Amino acid sequence: MPDLRELYQDTILDHSKRPRNFREIADASATAVGHNPLCGDRVTVYLRLDDGTIADVSFVGQGCAISKASASLMTDAVKGKSKSEAHGLFERFHKMVTARPGDPVDTSLGKLAVLSGVCEFPVRVKCASLAWHTLEAALERKQETVSLE
Amino acid sequence: MAKPAKVLLNVPAIKADFPILQRTVRDKRLVYLDSAATSQKPKQVIDATSDFYSRYNANVHRAIYELGEESTREYEGAREKVAAFIQAKSAMEIVFTKSTTESINVVAYGYGLKGKIEKGDEILGTVMEHHSNHVPWHFVKDHKGAVLKYVDVNDDGTLKMEQYDALLTNRTKIVTVTLCSNVLGTINPVKEIAKRAHEVGAICVVDAAQAAPHMPIDVQSLDADFLAFSGHKMLGPTGIGVLYGKPDLLEATEPLLGGGEMIREVHLGWAKWNDVPYKFEGGTPNIAGAIGLGVAVDYLTTIGMDAVRGHEMEVTEYALEKLARLKGVQTYGPRDVTKRAGVVSFTIDGAHPHDIASILDVEGICVRSGHHCAQPLMERFNLPATARASFYVYNDLDDVDALVAGIKKVQEVFA
Repeated sequence: MPDLRELYQDTILDHSKRPRNFREIADASATAVGHNPLCGDRVTVYLRLDDGTIADVSFVGQGCAISKASASLMTDAVKGKSKSEAHGLFERFHKMVTARPGDPVDTSLGKLAVLSGVCEFPVRVKCASLAWHTLEAALERKQETVSLE
Repeated sequence: MAKPAKVLLNVPAIKADFPILQRTVRDKRLVYLDSAATSQKPKQVIDATSDFYSRYNANVHRAIYELGEESTREYEGAREKVAAFIQAKSAMEIVFTKSTTESINVVAYGYGLKGKIEKGDEILGTVMEHHSNHVPWHFVKDHKGAVLKYVDVNDDGTLKMEQYDALLTNRTKIVTVTLCSNVLGTINPVKEIAKRAHEVGAICVVDAAQAAPHMPIDVQSLDADFLAFSGHKMLGPTGIGVLYGKPDLLEATEPLLGGGEMIREVHLGWAKWNDVPYKFEGGTPNIAGAIGLGVAVDYLTTIGMDAVRGHEMEVTEYALEKLARLKGVQTYGPRDVTKRAGVVSFTIDGAHPHDIASILDVEGICVRSGHHCAQPLMERFNLPATARASFYVYNDLDDVDALVAGIKKVQEVFA
């Protein structure tokens, strides 16, 4: 049986209540907006790239605990990474939240592994991945709103 | 008609008719509080649909043989039952569609877009409509140049009737309104709305998706011109809906679907349509769905729609009282249960509706979260989303208690 404490563990609640990097970046080199029409969640991701490296990253928006915590953890995780490293991280993160319950968790994900419980709640995968899809759009400098239907 | 009394139904006996309510979810008793999205089905309805397929499956209206006669008799019998259920004068005023959405589209397309509406004509809706009573009218605006106007709601979830009067003019051709809000539970004064619409020569289209399952409906007393509802929200199968229309208006409405069943004669390049209501039922209809809906109507009629309404008033009153006592919990819509149905939208301070629904799910409680296909209304109340519990004949006060306990759990998690 899926464990609620797994989905709403302390780290997740902490990041949702006190999100890190929850601010705008005035001199952002790229921004993107993500929208989940199902639950009305909206997130804007800001990026400052320095020679292909994510020098600064932040987000603002509203959403459920899972989407907020995931955005917060993401900004911590990708800061200082190259574009391709960030992309690789997203791929591994996505694999984790869509894994079969009980599958071993990729230890290279570090703190992001706290969201592994999301795989027990398939309807919440979009919540956990909204910020990541939006980051991808910002990295590719796509202007349109990312919509997760 | 006597006012429904707030008396609870014999819920254990009703629950015994619903196979799904015997199962558990995540090892917990299933507490189903999402009937506004779709209702569960009693075994009588399930048996009726499977009976059709196992005993007399044949296409309707054309077969010469016995099976076809039986299927046609049952299909048309369901039309009679639905007509009686909403006090229509004749079964010929009942069109079977696949859903409320399709029913409203038939009117918007066949009466609006292809029919009576000219550039500059006004269609008056409300901000509390479901998307299915917004978007079809957008088509009429986009293709015919109709002007769309909307009546706002008061903070208590009731319609601004003085604004309705101000917006209603001789340019208004169609007034379209929900009988019961799927977010606020508000029961709108449709009889009065229709009367005033008729005074300026407009017709009144009624979305009864949330009303038909839960309260007595009398289309003649309401004087509704068109009225739409779905089978699956009233104990019936999915994929079957109803459009009621006054005979002259149905005559004046063009069909949405061309094909078999809806024709009288077909030649190369032209065709003559069948009579109302058959001209709207192009293609093989959802025969099993209609038969199942007929049995759902039987089931509800046996309980009595006054009794259904009375039961839900009692459960809703209990829920509103219990939720009002919880600190940090807000409910929306009228407080007076005589003015609202058993749809209770709520929010909890510090907890997003999605998280509320996930935590309740682990307790075996099904509630909806999101914008409930009513984005304009959510914007009006400046809400990105709410959680919503909705009640039906198989819900009792224990289910409300389970919801309250679940909400306390949500508050513990987000304390």
